[in-house]
Amino acid sequence: MIELNALTKRYGTFTAVNAIDLIVPKGELFGFLGPNGAGKTTTLRMIAGILRPTSGTARISGIDVATDPMAAKAMLGYIPDRPFIYEKLTGAEFLRFVAGLYGQNGKAIEHRGRELLALFDLDEWRDELVESYSHGMRQKLIISSAFIHKPAVIVVDEPMVGLDPKATRILKDLFAEYTRRGHTVMMSTHTLEVAETMCDRIGIIQGGTIKALGTMDELRAASATGNDGLEEIFLKLTGENAAREFVDVLDA
Amino acid sequence: MPDAEAAAAPPPQARGATFLHLLSPKWHSMRARSTQKEAGTAGRAFVLGGVGLLFWGFVFVVLYRLLSYFKGIPEIGPLLAGKLLGLILVSFFGMLLLSNVISSLSTFFLAKDLDMIVAGPVDWLRFYFAKLAETCLHSSWMVVLMAIPMFVAYGIAFDGGPMFLLIVLGTFIPFLLLPAVVGTALTMVLVNVFPARRTKDILSVIAVLAAGGVVLLFRLMRPEQLARPEGFTSLIEFVSVLKTPTSPWLPSEWVQTGLMSWLREEPDALPFYLLWSTAGAFLVIGAALHGSLFTKGFTKAQESGERYVKAGLLARGFAKMLTPLGLVRRELIMKEVRLFFRDTTQWSQLILLAVLVVVYIFNIKFLPLRGEGVTFFVSNLIPFLNLVLSGFVLASIAARFIFPGVSLEGRTMWLLRSSPLEMRELLWSKFWVGTLPLLVFAVGLVLITGILMQVTEFIMAVSVFTITMMTFAIAGLAVGFGTLFPRFDSENAAQIPTSFGGLLFMMAAIVLIGLVITLEARPVFSYLASRTFGTPMDASEMWVGFGSSAVICIVATVMPLRMARRRLEGLEL
Repeated sequence: MIELNALTKRYGTFTAVNAIDLIVPKGELFGFLGPNGAGKTTTLRMIAGILRPTSGTARISGIDVATDPMAAKAMLGYIPDRPFIYEKLTGAEFLRFVAGLYGQNGKAIEHRGRELLALFDLDEWRDELVESYSHGMRQKLIISSAFIHKPAVIVVDEPMVGLDPKATRILKDLFAEYTRRGHTVMMSTHTLEVAETMCDRIGIIQGGTIKALGTMDELRAASATGNDGLEEIFLKLTGENAAREFVDVLDA
Repeated sequence: MPDAEAAAAPPPQARGATFLHLLSPKWHSMRARSTQKEAGTAGRAFVLGGVGLLFWGFVFVVLYRLLSYFKGIPEIGPLLAGKLLGLILVSFFGMLLLSNVISSLSTFFLAKDLDMIVAGPVDWLRFYFAKLAETCLHSSWMVVLMAIPMFVAYGIAFDGGPMFLLIVLGTFIPFLLLPAVVGTALTMVLVNVFPARRTKDILSVIAVLAAGGVVLLFRLMRPEQLARPEGFTSLIEFVSVLKTPTSPWLPSEWVQTGLMSWLREEPDALPFYLLWSTAGAFLVIGAALHGSLFTKGFTKAQESGERYVKAGLLARGFAKMLTPLGLVRRELIMKEVRLFFRDTTQWSQLILLAVLVVVYIFNIKFLPLRGEGVTFFVSNLIPFLNLVLSGFVLASIAARFIFPGVSLEGRTMWLLRSSPLEMRELLWSKFWVGTLPLLVFAVGLVLITGILMQVTEFIMAVSVFTITMMTFAIAGLAVGFGTLFPRFDSENAAQIPTSFGGLLFMMAAIVLIGLVITLEARPVFSYLASRTFGTPMDASEMWVGFGSSAVICIVATVMPLRMARRRLEGLEL
């Protein structure tokens, strides 16, 4: 479970995240949406313990990330939006290293690593240095590493970027099965179709505050958009449909 | 169909961006960096400016005094000055050539802006000139900074007058351009043979081997003989050696001839013709080579080459050996070792280090510490002072290999910070992975030089004790300063020590070495005096001297590490 209580992050006079309250219960796949610069990544990085909140708290399975970071982080798997990893390690070595950070090793981890790499078609590349991986392959490796220690909670920032259709499908199924087994996934994404079909609940953040929160039906009701899809709801709630006239732009 | 027609006609900018337009992002970024207001910018500029001015002042004073002395020697004075200038310029030329080869690999084939520029309607010749200018600036600024006090010293010592400035510009500009063109062309050919990333590996090894070779050659040539004319059978032989051009086909010789002819008031235009015409011709050849090879090379540069790695017996054995340290520490150490030895730019510099150490030991071996007039006091004092030099060597190695450690984690800090890893464990691994090899090296160096100098047991014990304490302290300072002043944006480990933090680390290390040696000097002096002159020795002096230096070293080890831990724990990326 993830609990955010008045979670706030300020950079000087700029407030990136403004007193967010949110509970993502056990077994839920939560979609976190918002325009660029809305505060999604900052929120996720605070949950992952990479950024310290200016005020408020973030709890993972009831443990405060700020006061007991080691215990909280042990429950967490984090997948960042940019796949930066050690270029001079092989895929297998990277997985082993990540498992070691969570105090896990041995045959079970080796086996799990092989299974995860095979799931994402990386088994042939397991002994190749990461520097020869493509962007999508690196993303798959990071996703595999987030699952290697079987975390209770997975926080993932833009997981679909750079993935091929097969990997996207695998990831969707993996998240669905993972939450069905009682784990929690909080995912930020711009792929509204993915959020609409996969997520149990969706939160829309803009300007650092949550503008809307609920299931698809609850969002429809809140935005009074009838039977519209998430794209319409998103644009209406975030005011992004006040776009310029294309003709004016193209003729400019 | 006005839209379709508009689409068919090339837009006006299709004729291509101008040379200056292509360079403008670099210029804007540079301007933005210099005007960025960050905490401590003024202090930083002040320290850097101060150190720069001190360096300039030092080079100028030393050279000026030497040149003034040369000027006073009739006939051979200007010849000696010319020879010295030639030697310096040859070194510059070598440095420029290596630096341009490596730099052009990045600017022409690996830079992040290349995809955008190559995909745009940019004229190939303008692209070549823009990238060549970038390469040349990148590779030459340091040489230019070093050359300024040198030219000023020559101009003032030999009364070159204001026109000398123009003469310098007239010779030095083509001198900088030539290695840029040659280096770029060399890279162009290499990239067409190997993938760019592999070329980078090959080049770093070649560069280091070449640098090592130059140092060894220079040492074996024993240039100090030139300063001892009595070593030659006759004055004529000495003058003829001085008059013989060192390298008539190299631009360094042309620059030297051009400048010295002006300073000797016998102006010679030939060197200028040679420099400018060669630079022009090479520029044309370089451009033609670029025109025919760049596209193929750029395509090849996109390949990375397969790098299959499977843990061997050695790696497995090493991992097993580390098991008692615990899982996290073992994995951190294994990662550090793997990253180091798989990165050619890292380990290749060890070759250069080995060469420098050989030269150092070679020099120690030939120190005249025995024989007539050399007392027991002197022959033991010099080995003690040798510790200062060993300390500097350690500080330079720590700056290159330990200081960048935390900075190199910048892009993967998300993983370390989001996992349940205590930051002190990370620092622990950075500290010990750096310190242990450094300690083995330092103690080995002190033992070998001590044996070569035949020091007493006391001095040997002092040396081993001091170098051990200093190694810990210098490593602690390197990890500490490297964390307090990180360069998380830098991908090149070799560039990180040249930062402001690197400079501060070196200054701190020098202060530490000075303090330790000063504190130990008194008991060592007392011991040597008692052995030489039979004066009584005070045991408390020993305790105070060695005890306080040990305390300073322990504080210098622990404090920076604690500050680094606090900094890492509070770090936000």
